[in-house]
Formats: sequence, structure tokens, C-alpha cells
Amino acid sequence: MILRRVLIANRGEIALRIIRTCRRLGIEAVLAASDADLDSVPARLADRVVRLGPAPPSASYLDVDAVLTAAKTAGADAIHPGYGFLSENQRLARACTEAGIVFIGPTVEQLASVGDKLEARRHAVAAGLPVVPGGPLEDTADAARLAAEIGYPLLIKAVGGGGGRGMKQVHDPADLSATVDLAVAEAGAAFGDPRVYLERFVATGRHVEVQLIADGENVVHLGTRDCSVQRRYQKLIEEAPAPALDPALREEMHRAAVALGKHLEYRGLGTVEFLVDVDRGTFYFLEMNARIQVEHPVTEAITGLDLVAEQLAVAEGRSLSFGQADVCFTGHAIECRINAEDWARDFQPSPGTVTEAVWPLGDGIRIDTHLQAGASVPPYYDSLLAKLIVHGRDRADALARLRAALARCAVVGVSTNIPLHQEVLAQAEFAEGGVDTAWFTRFLRDLPVGSSRG
Amino acid sequence: MNLTGEDVQDILRIIDGMEVDRLYLRTGRFELSLCRGGDGEWTQSARTTAEPVLVDGREVPAVQGVAAADEQTEPAREGLTGVRTPLPGAFYRAPKPGAAPFVEIGDEVTETTVVGIVETMKLMNSVYAEASGTVAEIVLGDGEFAEQGAVLMFIDTLATGVAP
Repeated sequence: MILRRVLIANRGEIALRIIRTCRRLGIEAVLAASDADLDSVPARLADRVVRLGPAPPSASYLDVDAVLTAAKTAGADAIHPGYGFLSENQRLARACTEAGIVFIGPTVEQLASVGDKLEARRHAVAAGLPVVPGGPLEDTADAARLAAEIGYPLLIKAVGGGGGRGMKQVHDPADLSATVDLAVAEAGAAFGDPRVYLERFVATGRHVEVQLIADGENVVHLGTRDCSVQRRYQKLIEEAPAPALDPALREEMHRAAVALGKHLEYRGLGTVEFLVDVDRGTFYFLEMNARIQVEHPVTEAITGLDLVAEQLAVAEGRSLSFGQADVCFTGHAIECRINAEDWARDFQPSPGTVTEAVWPLGDGIRIDTHLQAGASVPPYYDSLLAKLIVHGRDRADALARLRAALARCAVVGVSTNIPLHQEVLAQAEFAEGGVDTAWFTRFLRDLPVGSSRG
Repeated sequence: MNLTGEDVQDILRIIDGMEVDRLYLRTGRFELSLCRGGDGEWTQSARTTAEPVLVDGREVPAVQGVAAADEQTEPAREGLTGVRTPLPGAFYRAPKPGAAPFVEIGDEVTETTVVGIVETMKLMNSVYAEASGTVAEIVLGDGEFAEQGAVLMFIDTLATGVAP
């Protein structure tokens, strides 16, 4: 099937990103926008706009029926859900199939396989991937035995949790029973699902993920990304390829990710997330994201591919136009997520109206943003304003370009974390490469107070 | 037609070798401003001015930005102090759905009592009473949107029997 008109059920920079590729491919892009986004830059650049509903996400971007109705109103052949919101929603995927609309993403079955943490882990094990030692807690009375097998320190995780929510550390066996009871109660209240599992806690870990593109039969990996610079499990800086990684370990991760994709007969873009256990020199499967990701541009930079275009081609039912041997990796790319937050005031969010947005321009610099002078940053959605991506010959070159590029960014009207990125880029440890997921918290703690007012 | 990042790069390549430090382009659909700094490096500022077009061809109605709260929430009588939201966002009276509200009318509060949560940009921010007294009136309902600076509730600071 040839896609002629795609409904984009998302907002912000990713909506704009998808519109651009549709434009280039001659596909009509209709944006489904909430009332807060009707005059946003993506709405101005889309061929047409459909009103999705009131500003709160629950009444618009998260409303399956509203999105489906918008697609029908627009006469769209397909829905591109972007990331977040309904991007991995099985109900939307199923409703699309029933309505004869293409859901740009994997199959409903694949969404189910990777959407539930325990299911995903089961599939990973079946595909031969290493997982963090641990297991589901069927009976809380069984916790001590299971914990002894796993070893301390360990994590109690809610099956329904994610993004860092619903997780508790246990360092002392004496605390286990009480913490398990608390975790079960909280999981039931917060996620409507009291199931928890126990897992080994990795003291020094790096978040490294492998990008996959697949057509249901052929699975190709597009290399690694390192997303270890995180605050409260929100990624801040991502790079490709993951730096300072043993070449054999990297190859093993590539193979593992492809094995999982093949096991699932995966279709579309997917990311297999791994936790690299630095002390043990090994890695474990964490989860699989069945969507395009925020940090996809760093992979595009080093591979020269347009991942949205590849996604659309697979959605049209075509086979991949290239094989693994055709994928070449060139140089190094780093992305900074520029957020509307006042990082000097405990990362307080900063909605408002942008009066000025100036970005660097030059070779190897890419800005993905929906900001422009006069654009509003609504309080209803997340704080991502822009992504600054640089591509250099090697990591040192990319770092130098990134420092220079950050110095030329100017956003007026809302607070941003641009100065924070500049501080991170000035750190010797970050420049060296391969920091662990706890590094950013240590860096913030040790930052002199004076410089945090920059 | 609008400019892509590659288009802008191409324009830059053309003018980079010229003795030009500023370029300003304006069409009916966009504005683009390129500027060469003292270090020879360029910055860009672009604005899409094309109006959005609704599927049925109608024009897009005016969109409400982040409005400031109206002045409708003046205290009704002396001794009442308004608790204002620190940020615009959805106001929640309880820590989670189904849980008991942080405060009810008549409850005693101090400056540091958490009286609600405002969700802004997917982050939960605690709202403190910032006054001592009793809760006299709760202005916004659970889940209602609080504009910038809106009064969420009133505290009666003259209420008797309250420690300072």
C-alpha cells in the first residue's frame, strides 16, 4: 500500500520532524492538534490540521477515540503516533487495524510482547539475551529466598511501573520484608497492578541501547547509543556510538538486539535497551521500546539514514531496502535535550511564551525544534523545547562542535537548561566518555553553587 | 513551500564566502534571519508565519496562551489570604486519585503545610499554605486548571485557636 496522507498524532519537535519527512516523500501530513497547539509551528507547517480536543493530554493526545476520529475526519491512510502519548498503545493499534488505517509501528502482538515488563523479559530470555538476575515475586513469603539467590543490593520493581517510577532499593536483608510490602501496596495504588519483581542492583551501570529497523523478516541494527546522562531517569544527553565500550561487548550487544528482533519477527523501528554492568564487564536486557525515540537523530547522523522514512516504508509493507552490510557508521554524534526548566531552581518547569529563539548554524549541526519567536510553551505537556545534535569526525571533534554550538543558542522568554549542558560539557569526566548513570547526580551535587546560577 | 534545515545550510554555503554578515529573507510564509558573529560562526532565527489550515478549510480560532489569572479571586473579607499556584497547571487536592485530600475546609494549616499539588509539564509541584490559619474556602476543584498566579484556596489567618 502507498501512503498518501498520514495523520500525526503528536506535538512539538517530533510532529515537526515527521512532517518534514512526509513533505520530502510527497506524503500529505495532517496534524492532530489539541486546542493549545492549533497555532503551533507544526500546525503551521502541516498540510492540514484537525482539532483533537481540549489541551489536557487525557482529552486529546491520549484519547484513543479522539485520535481515531481525527484520522477518519482527515481521511488519513495511516497514523504516526511519534513517541510518548499513544505510541505504544495496543488499543489504538488494534482500532487502526479494525478501521483499515495503518498504525505506523509494530503489530499489536509485538506491542503486547514488549509493553509488559515480565513478558518482555520472557521473550528476551527465549531469544537468548542476558537479563539482570532476578525474577517475579509470586508470593511475598518467598522474597527472602529469591533475594538470597539474586544477592544484595537489589531492586524491587513494579510490573506496571516505568521511567523510574515504582522502584525501590534494598541494601540490607533486614529491610526486605517491609520494603516488599510497601512496594506491593504502592504498585497497586499507583499502577492498579500490585505485581512486583526483584532484580540485582548494578552499582556502576551505563545505559546503552541498540537501534533496530525491521520489516517483519529482516532485522538490521543501526548501532549503539549511550544515554547514561540522566536525571531522575529522564535522558539529557545521548550519543552514538556509545563511547568507551569494549568492541567485543558492542558486537555482542548488536547481535543480542538483532536476535530479539528476529525472535519477535519485529516490524518497524525498535530500540533494545541494555544496562552495561561496568564492574562485571557484561550487559543485561532492560526493555524494548517499540517506537521512534527522542534520541533517534544521533543514529541518523552516524548512519546517514532518515529513520522516519524507513518507518514509513515498512508501514507501506515494503521490505528493507538495505542489509546489515550496507549500514556504515561515520563519526560521532551527540544530542543535548534543551528543556524549559530552571535548573538553578531545582529544575522548576518554565512554561510561557518564547520571545526569541536563536540557534547555531553550520556543518554538522542539526536543530530539531518547534520553537520560534511568539511560540507558546504550554504547561500541559513535557518540557522538551529543542534537540541540538552535532556530528563530528570523532568524539573529540563532536564535543568541540557541541561546546561552540551551545554557546550560540539563545532562547528568551522561558528558562532553559542550556547553561547546564555547558557545565556538563566542561567536565573532564564527561569529555573522557563512558560516564555511568549515577554520574549526573554526583555532578549536580558537587557543582559549586555560584556556577549553578549561570 | 517552507525551508528545511538542508535548505538553510545550502543558503549558508552560498553566502558564507561572500562579504555578508547578515541575511534576512521574508516571504508570505516564513522569515529567516542569518547572522555571522565576530568569531565567523553563524546563527539562525526562523519564523514560520503561514497560517494553519483546518481540515474543513476553516481558519483556526484564536488560541489561548498561558493566561494570567483574572482578578476575580479577591479575598471576600479581611483576614483571608489567598494560596496562589506557584506555576500554571492542573490542581490536585489529593496526593493520588482516590486518596484523602491534603486539606478540607476548616483544617488548620501552617506556612509549611502542603495543601495541594499542581502538575506542570508532567511534573508534580507541592503547594504550601504559606500562611497560618484555617482553610476557609477551596476555590478550584480537583483536576481543574490553575492559570498563572491563580488563587487555589483561602486561608483564614484570624481564625481563633490557631498557633502562630
